[in-house]
Amino acid sequence: MSEDAKIHWADLKLGAELEAQLTLGPISRTDIVRYQGASGDFQPIHHDEPFAKAAGYDAPLVVGMYPAGVLGTWAAQVLGPERIRSIRFRFQAMVWPGDQLCAKAVVEKLDDERLEGEFHLSLVNQRDEEVISAQITAQFEG
Amino acid sequence: MVNRASEGLVGKSFDFPVERGKVLEFLEATGGDPEVFGDFIPPTYLTSAFFWEARVQGADVKEAVGFDPSRSVHAEQAFRFEGEPPRIGEKLQASSRVARIYEKVNRKGQTLTFVDVVTDFVDEAGTVRAVASMLALEFPE
Repeated sequence: MSEDAKIHWADLKLGAELEAQLTLGPISRTDIVRYQGASGDFQPIHHDEPFAKAAGYDAPLVVGMYPAGVLGTWAAQVLGPERIRSIRFRFQAMVWPGDQLCAKAVVEKLDDERLEGEFHLSLVNQRDEEVISAQITAQFEG
Repeated sequence: MVNRASEGLVGKSFDFPVERGKVLEFLEATGGDPEVFGDFIPPTYLTSAFFWEARVQGADVKEAVGFDPSRSVHAEQAFRFEGEPPRIGEKLQASSRVARIYEKVNRKGQTLTFVDVVTDFVDEAGTVRAVASMLALEFPE
């Protein structure tokens, strides 16, 4: 990332939305399988249709760590990967193949002494339901 | 059915090398640009420790917890880094533990069982580099 593209500490304002936006989807079964291969979590309920149906679902439910991973990767890319110090996700609603998700980041806390910022990330689906709520902290150099 | 007796269980430690090909595969799966990340891992990359954990018998404490996949969901997930996130080339060692098992009654009057599994990642000098925490919940039958 070029230095100019990075967000500067002085530009952060409490409660302000960052300019960047994430859009993801429509999520395909291939997206799920690619993520499961990369993560090593082969829980069949996320790709095996008969298995998911036997468990009472209409379709394989999307493994939550896939949209969480996309959200985390996107936020790290926006803030600077080396600055990330923590991320926490709360899975609020199930995500299904075909869903279209989008996310924004809002500045939630600014610690001027430590130059640490906390950002709230909200991932919502096409029905405007929040599917993942997350907090990410980033340490900015002086 | 969650086995309450698994609370406090500590798994065997396992090697977790941070490899370029695996990081690139993970970036591709999560929509990341390798040029932006350079040698740094994306924030959720440590979840791929499953592969290495499965290679050491007694490392995966989730086996002892005994979740029923049709009744359990992933409620929360967190990653905390000590300083900058790990980079490609680091040779980490990890171990997982069942940090806590507890119950809560929800608004429908159902008793939900929560399980918090924590994985610590240390570097070759023995310094903690990252901590991952997975909170899962199981609904009653």
